[in-house]
This record gives sequence, structure tokens and C-alpha cells, in this order.
Amino acid sequence: MDIHEYQAKQLLAEYGVKIAEGGLAYSPEDAVQRAREISSNVWVVKAQIHSGARGKAGGIKVCKTHEEVAQAAEALLGKRLVTHQTGSAGKVCLRLYVEAGTDIAKELYLSFLVDRAQERIVMVGSAQGGMEIEELAETNPDAIKKIYIEPAVGLQDFQAREMAFALGLDASQIQHAVKTIQGCYRAMRDLDANMVEINPLVITGHGELIALDAKMGFDDNALFRRQRISELRDKTQEDPREMAAADRGLSYVGLDGDIGCMINGAGLAMATMDMIKLAGGEPANFLDVGGGASAERTEKAFRMVLADDNVKAMLVNIFAGINRCDWIAEGVVQAVRKIDMKVPLIVRLSGTNVEQGRKIIEESGLPIIMASTLAEAAEKAVQARNEVVARQA
Amino acid sequence: MAIFIDKQTRIIVQGFTGKIGTFHAQDMINYGSNVVGGITPGKGGQQHLDRPVFNTVKEAVDQAGAEASIIFVPPAYAADSIMEAAEAGIKYCVAITDGIPTQDMMKVKIFLSRFPKEQRMVLTGPNCAGTISPGKSMLGIMPGHIYMPGNVGIVGRSGTLGYEAADQMKALGIGVSTSVGIGGDPINGSSHRDILEQFEQDPETKVVMMIGEIGGPQEVEAGIFAKEHMSKPVVAYIAGLTAPKGRRMGHAGAIISSSGESAAEKVEMLKELGVTIAPTPAAMGETVAKVLAKL
Repeated sequence: MDIHEYQAKQLLAEYGVKIAEGGLAYSPEDAVQRAREISSNVWVVKAQIHSGARGKAGGIKVCKTHEEVAQAAEALLGKRLVTHQTGSAGKVCLRLYVEAGTDIAKELYLSFLVDRAQERIVMVGSAQGGMEIEELAETNPDAIKKIYIEPAVGLQDFQAREMAFALGLDASQIQHAVKTIQGCYRAMRDLDANMVEINPLVITGHGELIALDAKMGFDDNALFRRQRISELRDKTQEDPREMAAADRGLSYVGLDGDIGCMINGAGLAMATMDMIKLAGGEPANFLDVGGGASAERTEKAFRMVLADDNVKAMLVNIFAGINRCDWIAEGVVQAVRKIDMKVPLIVRLSGTNVEQGRKIIEESGLPIIMASTLAEAAEKAVQARNEVVARQA
Repeated sequence: MAIFIDKQTRIIVQGFTGKIGTFHAQDMINYGSNVVGGITPGKGGQQHLDRPVFNTVKEAVDQAGAEASIIFVPPAYAADSIMEAAEAGIKYCVAITDGIPTQDMMKVKIFLSRFPKEQRMVLTGPNCAGTISPGKSMLGIMPGHIYMPGNVGIVGRSGTLGYEAADQMKALGIGVSTSVGIGGDPINGSSHRDILEQFEQDPETKVVMMIGEIGGPQEVEAGIFAKEHMSKPVVAYIAGLTAPKGRRMGHAGAIISSSGESAAEKVEMLKELGVTIAPTPAAMGETVAKVLAKL
């Protein structure tokens, strides 16, 4: 789960990370009020969306008067911002963070991530802040410092100092830097975050260390024990279809193609999508219905797939383990009878009670195209989709 | 032989008396697995499915000679159960539980690593379908009847895609020595590489089918191991050709977050390492058949 910049900053501030004075605004009036409260003569109005690279998308505006603050707020609220992280649909800005302008002497980079290969948290830093770390990793990998943290004992001060020196900080700043770095790590550990990124971490004209931007992501599996974090969830920033799926215990990812998919198991779902592509088609979605695909769940999954107007054919591929093909077949027949399906349906069943399952579908009299292997299913789906497209043309 | 489990392996079920634990324990018993009891703290001394319930894993090891365990404990308590099994002297543990927090798994891995290697419990999973040595023992939630006994080892992250592979092989008359699910989480007990190492030492296994996914470094690490240390051929399929970058495809671990993690990149690297690639998921069985024919 992702949270907003202002939320991440508030959390990190509690762990001793220094941030600029700022406040949240939902309207231009709010924004001006926040600017009045902040003792500064420069303010930055920042769009709160779940994405980095907001500056390039025009989501961050520097203002010198209250009037400019109001204008910036007016321009940003309700606006859909498109960054390379949001996808082409972009994300709507409904909240603003108004912050005191910071006098920047130098920009640094600091982040904490879960390293899968090392199975521990890695701290990543660079004296070249501001730009994206992926870019820096490609253009100048030597400018990146990585320090691995032993999970049993946590981040040690000597490691934090090592990072501070690698960031090019001078002796007078080290103590404060260690506090900042330790604060980020403790926030990550205590709140079950899977990512903390401060980019840029800035040295001000007065030599202070301030988190100018902050991003945190959290382990969905740990939200059950982090109620306070769960409450920070902002549903306006999530894909409505993926969210609806998650709330129904399904796993859905919308894609750009036009063959809708309903499959049990994430691996088989990915493999089936691969088969569709190899057969010359493009999947409209990833959808894992999970192990216990009841009739009710099957119907929900059908509705979810068919809610995408791009879908020109639908493929169901179920390998029944704990499930039984006859139950699944009944669920499919029920769903098709309830929903007015306008696109061809291809069903491939395999595993437990496959014969009974096929029989139920054949005897239903519904125009369902049956397939017995994975390859046949994908080919038939692509063929059916092509026929639909040809008819529409 | 097979790897990890055979007909004699004495199995306990952690989370024995719960609904899911009961269902699958019964299924394993029906398959012929040697289930000697289970653990539910507070219910020690009772009988469940005609087998004893113990309060602790230690008691099950001492009193029933438990060697292997399977975990159906809910995510919040699963890491604790895994560590309890390791401490009690269980040799092999399968964690079925889906949804264990990442930091809990980091702790589990550190906890396991402090044991000397010869005393260290092997963990596979979490978030997996388990392990089966067809015709001998099933320590998992898979449909046992789709696996034919034979000499191909299977290792994969995904449950149903593993079933698909076993099913394709069975249709061609090819059987399985052991099939191991390593699970879909970013941090798991054993990697593809760890399981290849086991299959290399198993005289019954002639060929290994590795079913990989997008995300993480494990498939390529396994490929390097196969090139440097294995005499047996490895066949691989990597799922997720169509997966976009930065989007999680169901499994928490199935996300392309850095270079080298996409399906196409992994396939290229594995080819260079001498691994035979199944070009499509529908060709897993026939690719294994071709490799077997050359032996």
C-alpha cells in the first residue's frame, strides 16, 4: 500500500526526521490559510498523488504570494496528473500539501528497500540527489552506496555514519545525519514498510538536513497489525477495478488487450496470458480467482472481466485441485445465464472431475466453446476474438 | 528415493484442528501420507482424525517421532510456528500459509541460519501448494491423482501451473519423482537453486523441470548452479511474458522491479547458461519428453 507525501513526512517526523513546516489543503482557501500559518515568504504547493516525478508533470508549484498559492491550488485540485509511474490514465489530485520553501544548497538521495536476493533491508544513498535512482544506477552506478542491514540487530550507528560520509556530509552534520538515517530505518521496521525513499534529502543554506520529499510503501501482508497505517489508505488513488477485485478476494490487473481472462492461480494466469499472446492475441486483464472458486465468486469474476468495454472474447481456464470441475462448470453456467454475455466464451477445464464438468457445460445448451488443452484454449480465444472484430468491421 | 519425503516420513500438521488443517490433513491421510499427529496449542491430549493432538512441536517430535511438518496456521502466527518447528528438530517443513509479512520472513530466515547446516530445518514456501513424492507421500494441498510416479523433478513457485506441468507430463506417460512448490512470496524458505541441489543428489531424478516467474533473481541463480554443479539436464519455463513492469501479478513476488527480472530477460540468461527452455506453457511436457529421449 502506498501513502501520500504529507503522510509519509508526518510519520517520519515522529521518528526524528526533520521536515519543512507545512499543512494539508483541500481547497484554494485552505491553501492560502496554510500559507498564512507558515512563517515563510516562499511556499511550495504540492499535488498529493500516489506517484513520484510529480514535478515534471506540473504537480509542484513554487509561489511567492498568497495569490499565487490560491492560483496554484485552483490549477491543481481536480486535475489528472500523468507521470511515468501512473500510466496513461494518470491520477487525480484531490489534496494539496502547502510547504515552506526551502533554501537548497545540495540535494542527496536516501532510501531503504527490501532486497530479495539478500533477504534483508538495504539502505541506498547517493550524493547525487534529485534525479531518479534507476537513472543514476544506469548512468553512474559508482555514485550509489548500498549498506545491508542485519535483521536480528538492526541498523548500527557505524553504518549510518558510513552512509553519512558517503553522502559527502561534513563532520558537523554527521550527528544529525545519523539521527535522520536511524529515524528512517526505525520507521521502516516499526511500521512494516517495504520502502522509504527521501529524494531529495537536502542540505539547506544553513547546513540543516531536511527531507524535501518522502515516499513510503507498506507490506500489504502486515496491514493487519498496523491499523494506523491502514487508515492512511486513499482509495481515490487506486484503480477502481483492482480495488473492487481486492475487496472481493480476487486479484485483478487491468491490461491493454481485448481477451478477458478468468483463471485460478497466479502462475497459471500469467502462463495463460502468455499463450494468448503467442497465439496472436492480447490479454485484457490478469485475474486470479483463487482456490475456492464458488458459483458466487465465479459470477463476480465474470462481471469484473466483462465490465471492461474492450473485451471481445473471454477465456476461462481452471485447473481444479481442491476445486472440482463440476462445481466450476455449474458456476460458469449460472453466471452466463444471469449475465447477458455479448462476447464469445471459451472454457478450458482440467483436473478433478473434468469429465463431469465438461458434460455440464455441453448439456447446458449455452454457446460455450470448449477446449481441452491450454494451447487449444488460447487459439480458440484468439480465433473467436478475430471473428468478433471482423464482424464489427 | 525422492527428495524431502517418502512413504515412511513421519508427518505432523501445525494448525491441525482448524477447518483448513483438518480438510487437508484428511486428504493427505487418504493419499497415504504417514501423518502421525498434529499441533494445536491448548488441545494437547485430544484425538483428531484418529491421531494425537500435541500442544507443542517438541512434544510431537519426542512422542511421535515427527520429522516433517506442514503449516496451516494463519499469517499472523505462521512465522512463530515455523520457528517452533525448526527449534524442535523438525527436518523438513512446508508452509502453506499465504500472507506472511515480509519482515517476519526475514526473521525466520535469520533464525534458521543460526543452526549448523546439518541440523538446520529445510523450509519450502510460504504461499505454496506443498511437496509431493507421487505414490509415496503428499505434504501439501495439491490434487494427488494428477501426478504419476516417475523420474522428473518439478520445482515451481505456482501451484496450478505446477499441476499443469504434471498433467502435461502424465498425458505423455512421464512421471514425477518429487514436485516441490517454493511459493509466490518475495522471501521464501528455499530458492529454485536450493531445490535443484536436492534433485542433483537424488538418484531417482533424471531431469528437472523448473517453473519460474517474473520478478526476483532466483531463476537465474538456479541456472548458474545448474551450469556449474549439475550433471542432470534442467528444463525451464518462465511465466509472465505479457506482464507490465511495476505491476504485481497476483503473487507478492511476481513483480518486475529491476532489470533482468522480466520473463524475456530471464529466458535469455537461462538459455546462455545451457538450460533447455520450454517455449510456451503448453510445451512443458513435450520439452521434458524431448530431453528425456536424449538421455
